[in-house]
Amino acid sequence: MLALPTSGLGDRIGRTARFLWSGWAGIAGLSLLATVWQLGHEAYGDFILPAPLATFAAVLSLLESTDTWSTAFETTRRAVKGFVMAGSVGVLIGVAAGYSAAMQRLAGPILTVVLGVPPIAWIVLAMIWFGSSDGTVMTTVVIATSPIVLVAAMEGVATRDRGLDDMAKAFGAGPIRRCLAVGMRQVGAHLFPALSIALGTAFKVAVMAELLANVGGVGGALARARAHLDVATALAWILLAVAALILIDHGVLRPLRSEAERWRDAARPWGVRR
Amino acid sequence: MTVLSLQGVGHAYLGRTVLDRIALDLSAAEIVALVGPSGCGKSTLVHIAAGLLEPTHGRIRRDYRRHGVVFQEPRLLPWATARENIAFPLRLAGVGSGERRRRAEAAAMRVALAPEDLEKYPVALSGGMRQRTAIARGLVVDPDFVYFDEPFTALDVALKRRMQDLVIDAARRERFAALFVTHDLSEAVRLAHRILVLDADGLGIEGERSVPGAPGERSDTQVFHVVQGFLSEDPLFRRIHDVDERRVA
Repeated sequence: MLALPTSGLGDRIGRTARFLWSGWAGIAGLSLLATVWQLGHEAYGDFILPAPLATFAAVLSLLESTDTWSTAFETTRRAVKGFVMAGSVGVLIGVAAGYSAAMQRLAGPILTVVLGVPPIAWIVLAMIWFGSSDGTVMTTVVIATSPIVLVAAMEGVATRDRGLDDMAKAFGAGPIRRCLAVGMRQVGAHLFPALSIALGTAFKVAVMAELLANVGGVGGALARARAHLDVATALAWILLAVAALILIDHGVLRPLRSEAERWRDAARPWGVRR
Repeated sequence: MTVLSLQGVGHAYLGRTVLDRIALDLSAAEIVALVGPSGCGKSTLVHIAAGLLEPTHGRIRRDYRRHGVVFQEPRLLPWATARENIAFPLRLAGVGSGERRRRAEAAAMRVALAPEDLEKYPVALSGGMRQRTAIARGLVVDPDFVYFDEPFTALDVALKRRMQDLVIDAARRERFAALFVTHDLSEAVRLAHRILVLDADGLGIEGERSVPGAPGERSDTQVFHVVQGFLSEDPLFRRIHDVDERRVA
């Protein structure tokens, strides 16, 4: 077996380089998507589906104006704020529910109901409660994403290796130490994928709520593009929202995750590292 | 001097009695092996003695300073390197990082773990190395009492012998007392000063035998003869190899 990189700094540089290098795979995948898009454009024409290059040009021209930046920032701010709130609430309640069987049983049906109600229904309710304001968007985002995080945190705690808990107890760890030093690390394995999904959902729901509640942001811009039947601009805005999501997912969430799950790398043979 | 004493200890899972009327005493620096057929409650007894389980009734007195525990499975933290795993009890005790490092390395040395293996994660270690790491973790706090809960059951014969020698050497050097659970009578005879036999239904200690000679000084032939003698002539060990997998330990 090959020796694993051991020195802290070298290891870190190696992992960062691997992370950046993995960007090529991402670009390759996206190029494939652009190819299909181009085919669709050639089949249906400019009005139904503008060419990818034309859309990129539209994105670039949009980016020249500072309004675009503030609009995109507005949506990102709402989505991220809602995501952070949903994440904190979800993790706190989820971890508590994971440790308490009674709470877990109570949470089950509630979660089914909350997850079963479509986000669009929450938007309608939130619009009645909060009117056309930030509150509408954030409420919808929090309600739509917190159950995802909650379920994952609960599952993570419930399926933790109790042998490790006993081990920590045998060496004198109290319940809080056990939760922090042993429990939370195991929750991570369930939590990080759920956080990625929750972040994506947060963006989607934020744009949708903005569009319906008419409170600006990318959703508002999309509503305007629809009114003008301007498909190129609509696509450009969609690209911008997706870009913001990718930026936060890959720029913040994934590095955090790979830092926490460094040990999984050691289990992977060379050549299949991500 | 008695360092661990159990009086009338019993335990019940959901109303079903798994242990009852357990009484045992261990002196300082004494290694006592606890044997019994599978599923008779040996592990439960050790978990009670180590404070992992509350007994339903009975009294426990612990007169040692610190204990270490080595479990049946290594129970290493998968996200931590071997070094961090060994140092885990020290981290819980609030020992500073430099001191932690030094003592983890010393403990690794005692179980013959190579320094380059200390940076590896458990997934990258072999079964024997993982169990060594677990033993080092048990010894890192300089315990004067160590609980071993069938620690070598999953290892092959040669590795098992190496691990037993490690434990015998460590116990002689550091003079800790140990309660060693096993269902392997020859392991018990090699390691222990005294062997306790737990009743097949967990209803009390059926009896005890002291093993001639001191651990580490018995030859393989001696160990073999003692085991044969116990198995063929001693009624106490009659049911030791009974297996009932329907019951849980």
